[in-house]
Amino acid sequence: MEIEAVVDLMWIVLCGVLVFFMQAGFTLVEVGFTRAKNSGNIIMKNLMDLAVGSLAFWIIGYSIMYGDSIGSFIGTPSFFYDVREDMHNLFFQTVFCATAATIISGAIAERTKFSAYLILSVLMTTVIYPISGHWVWQGDGWLTNLGFIDFAGSTVVHSVGGWAALVAAVLVGPRLGKYSADGKSNAIPGHNMLYGALGVFILWMGWFGFNAGSELAITGDSAFNVAGIIITTNLAAAAGAVASLALTWIRFGKADLSMTLNGALAGLVGITAGCAAVSPMGAFFIGIISGLVVVFSIEFIDKVLKIDDPVGAISVHGVSGAIGTLMVGVFATDGGLLYGGGFHQLGVQAIGVFAIGAWAIIAAFIVLIIIKKTIGLRVSEQEELEGLDMHEHGIDSYPEFGHGDK
Amino acid sequence: MKKIEAIIRKSKFDEVKKALHETGVNFFTYWDVTGVGNEKQGHVYRGVSYSTSDIQRRILSIVVSDEFLDRTLKAIFEAAYTGTVGDGKIFISTIDEAYRIRTKEGGSDSLN
Repeated sequence: MEIEAVVDLMWIVLCGVLVFFMQAGFTLVEVGFTRAKNSGNIIMKNLMDLAVGSLAFWIIGYSIMYGDSIGSFIGTPSFFYDVREDMHNLFFQTVFCATAATIISGAIAERTKFSAYLILSVLMTTVIYPISGHWVWQGDGWLTNLGFIDFAGSTVVHSVGGWAALVAAVLVGPRLGKYSADGKSNAIPGHNMLYGALGVFILWMGWFGFNAGSELAITGDSAFNVAGIIITTNLAAAAGAVASLALTWIRFGKADLSMTLNGALAGLVGITAGCAAVSPMGAFFIGIISGLVVVFSIEFIDKVLKIDDPVGAISVHGVSGAIGTLMVGVFATDGGLLYGGGFHQLGVQAIGVFAIGAWAIIAAFIVLIIIKKTIGLRVSEQEELEGLDMHEHGIDSYPEFGHGDK
Repeated sequence: MKKIEAIIRKSKFDEVKKALHETGVNFFTYWDVTGVGNEKQGHVYRGVSYSTSDIQRRILSIVVSDEFLDRTLKAIFEAAYTGTVGDGKIFISTIDEAYRIRTKEGGSDSLN
């Protein structure tokens, strides 16, 4: 085996490990932004969508995404993938798939049946994510053939997760007490901002693997590409945090912690599509735009649409993913609107964003409505009030706070 | 014997404890409480404004002999005072009897 091939493979595996650890980041953000009584349930959801997703993607999902294309729409299904020379790709794509699945968890936190979530995870990782992923990343998908650019998955991973989260949050309904009878939105503060912040640091770090690993090589010319992607990724995250900080400081009078954390994540989601196609300056502006949009989006979804999304997953992943993907058509140094490329690339980006958005929303709706009509999506009122930890899992995540009898 | 229940600011606890020791009160219990009062605190969480009247305070339960009552009160009044709304409240009640479990002795001797 050539040394270059070994190094490239090592890079993919290393980045896959970084992306794997993003599961810890998601877990921490979601636990921190919600109430203590549901912590164990959120841990279980994030653990099990990774576990179930890893199995499901190996069993059939990977072949549906990367198998020989049937009409540029879907891969040829085969079971129990086992191609020795391609195991690194299976691993790298598995952790991406698990990321898309876990995004939904936060938006429907604190009131969703665990069994319903597990079923959703299976279908997310075998059908919903692999099919739209095939359109963009298999190499012969219909969006690839159009020239659609989504380098590391603003749309393929994050928007798909975000739009599925939107459908799920609508169908499961808001948490008890989130909206008053007159429709007023009430604050339900998360129980640990330190967890939220630690989760964002872990996600930010993992994102270097997510984006720079998507180069799928590091030898030869790829070395400078990887370094460039690391920089665009970091700049966009930083700009997203600064933009959200400034906007919330002006709007609410205080430098808002949880929204600034969301701003950093929005910048990361936003740059994911164009991290290899834009300049550092382009990345800066994509980060700024994502950081501003995410704040307005969170407020709009919460106060106007009255959809309860405790962690802002719909805005961070769905909306910022769509914005970031569109921005490739504006900031791409080769073919972008601002670089003399006209509207062609922007138009292609819009087609991809809408097509995949429509797919994710329709597919998630069908899956979720079936779950809702059969086993049900939501826990009982008593279970929700007393906490999912006790009723779904028989554990108190903080046994020495409050309930302990010494 | 009297029981003094004093609700004070948590930030004043160390000063009150020191003042009580200097007065000669070496035995008391305390716990953290949440109360509702006139004070309101404004917050914004993820763009949603809300205010809460739930106030965090510390409550001290001090049992003293009758002759200790005045100087104990004086120590709390001085040490817990800031002059702004929310300094707290003091309630006095009579204690019928007190015992030390180890020696079974009763009365104010059991308080030391």
